[in-house]
Amino acid sequence: MKTIFSLAIRSAWNRRLTLGLTLIAVTLSVTMLLGVERLRVEARESFAQSVSGTDLIVGARTSPVQLMLYSVFRIGEATNNIRWASYQALANHPAVAWSIPLSLGDSHHGFPVLATSTAYFEHFRYGDSQSLIFVSGKPFAEVFHAVVGAEVAERLNYRLGDPIVLSHGMSGTGLAEHADKPFTVVGVLARTGTPVDRTVHISLEAMEAIHLDWQGGAHLPGFSIPLEHVRKFDLAPKEITAALVGMKSRAAVFKMQRYVSNYEAEPLLGVLPGVALDQLWQVMGIAERTLLAVSAMVVVVGLSGLVAVILASLGERRRELAILRSVGARPRDIFMLLLTESLFITVLGVGGGVALLTVLSIALAPLAQARFGVTLHPLWVSVEELKLLAAVVGVGIVAGLLPGYRAYRLSLADGLSPRL
Amino acid sequence: MSATVIDVENLLFRWSAGGDPCLDIPHFEVEAGERIFVHGPSGSGKSTLLGLLGGVLVPERGSLRLLGDDLTTLDAAARDRFRADHVGFIFQQFNLIPYLSVIDNVLLPCRFSAQRKARAVVAGLTLHDEAARLLSHLDLDTALYQRQALQLSVGQQQRVAAARALIGQPEIVIADEPTSALDAERQIAFLDLLSKECEAAGSTLLFVSHDRRLAQKFSREIALPSINRVGKAAGSKGTVVA
Repeated sequence: MKTIFSLAIRSAWNRRLTLGLTLIAVTLSVTMLLGVERLRVEARESFAQSVSGTDLIVGARTSPVQLMLYSVFRIGEATNNIRWASYQALANHPAVAWSIPLSLGDSHHGFPVLATSTAYFEHFRYGDSQSLIFVSGKPFAEVFHAVVGAEVAERLNYRLGDPIVLSHGMSGTGLAEHADKPFTVVGVLARTGTPVDRTVHISLEAMEAIHLDWQGGAHLPGFSIPLEHVRKFDLAPKEITAALVGMKSRAAVFKMQRYVSNYEAEPLLGVLPGVALDQLWQVMGIAERTLLAVSAMVVVVGLSGLVAVILASLGERRRELAILRSVGARPRDIFMLLLTESLFITVLGVGGGVALLTVLSIALAPLAQARFGVTLHPLWVSVEELKLLAAVVGVGIVAGLLPGYRAYRLSLADGLSPRL
Repeated sequence: MSATVIDVENLLFRWSAGGDPCLDIPHFEVEAGERIFVHGPSGSGKSTLLGLLGGVLVPERGSLRLLGDDLTTLDAAARDRFRADHVGFIFQQFNLIPYLSVIDNVLLPCRFSAQRKARAVVAGLTLHDEAARLLSHLDLDTALYQRQALQLSVGQQQRVAAARALIGQPEIVIADEPTSALDAERQIAFLDLLSKECEAAGSTLLFVSHDRRLAQKFSREIALPSINRVGKAAGSKGTVVA
């Protein structure tokens, strides 16, 4: 067996050009398969980590997934806001322990701006019930104070005291700027691996203040309220986008949800984060399975190429097989020789795929973190991934049976004198 | 010592069941130490005979005894093991595994047969030394040993093949037109070396060729058609029909 193994490897090395090309195909397909699986898991992980300890998310009536997406993950935009009065009724409900108002809509260099109250820094939890930590500075105390997430601070190189200007609107280029009302960075948050890292936090009053002289999404022409006069206006918020609610008793959450749904003054929606996440996974599940299936097909294509190349090489190797037979190789040895070859390439491809994905993950980890808030773990191979890799090797073995069997038949028919 | 090395009795072989017989040999015997020259025209069944002696083909009937063992009673795996242990082969050309070095090509039979490996090192030398000894006896320069097989000339390749057939002193060496790719002068030189080394190894040599000019170098000459009834039947067919 050792002999066959060594022969298979030396023979493969002798045809390293063609086999090398198929090895690249197998490697890339394994990288893709593993990458899709890893991204799937990491994305889920990141999502699940993003909110913790919140019992109910309340917003204008929409789909639970959408509410979850824009309020927690800053994906998409709210179509409707909720009135400040509704929020206050909610916040003052006897069963509510704490609540965090969230107001979204502006951005800063592509990073979302979140207007909230200082309750955010006190009650917001992520991951495994971790609270937000200030690397430097403190929560906002004045109207034009801003607290930036770790990614914002790192990417834009912000330190305490730096002035920043917010843009009106969430996405696109050429956004109008609130240039007349600059903010000062007063706090930088520690990295959380959640959308918080990509967020600029300001107070609800600040959100009102920068929009005092705006109407209908545009700066009123010829009308500008100077900075020093801003405080003379009533800066109490009129609307917010959504609210995170913590209950005094978890058992009360369904009752509260009903209270929210039946709220008379305006249509509201309250969702349990876990339930909304499950719905999100159901929606994503289809896309995930499709992607995984496509990647699996790519692996099959890669392995088919391998089989085709090995089968094609058999024609010119009949002489070699006859020589091996003459020195005592059994047809079964010939079978193993060919099977070992495909197995060898498959295993190399799997190893190469893991290595390539690791390199790619390391290279792309900062980007994934910055753009999507997804934390990649480059050096971690999960049990699920190992199962996938084992499946690839399994398919490689099955695929290798074909050239193995063909060589077996050939060596039986040819004996010691191949009819070339 | 004059034991019978090859003993064929009443052997019949055809390629497909119900087809025309290819070989029908009433009797064919080779004694130990003989150097036999078997010749016959193309298509007279030389390759088939080699396949039978090598144990990769099985006769329809008759017995095929090598060193006293009847190959027809052994299963395929046992015949493969028998071939690995007791028979060395040299072919017409392209004898070597292209991706192995000269030395590794020579050592190949020792990888498949523990018996030949044991006999190769019995002189107290390493396998490598034994391969080198055979190669030097066959006039191959030490510098070539680590070369890839395909870098050698055809004549050199045939001598490497001879060393491979002889390593581990198999009782039988079967050569199938090993000189046909060589020029006349090298043919004689190769034959001399092969005969000498077979003698030294105590191997019986069965040399198959269509070129009768080489016959003088051997202890006995057999025309395949003379022991094969199929050839005669074909020859007499015309008279039967007439």
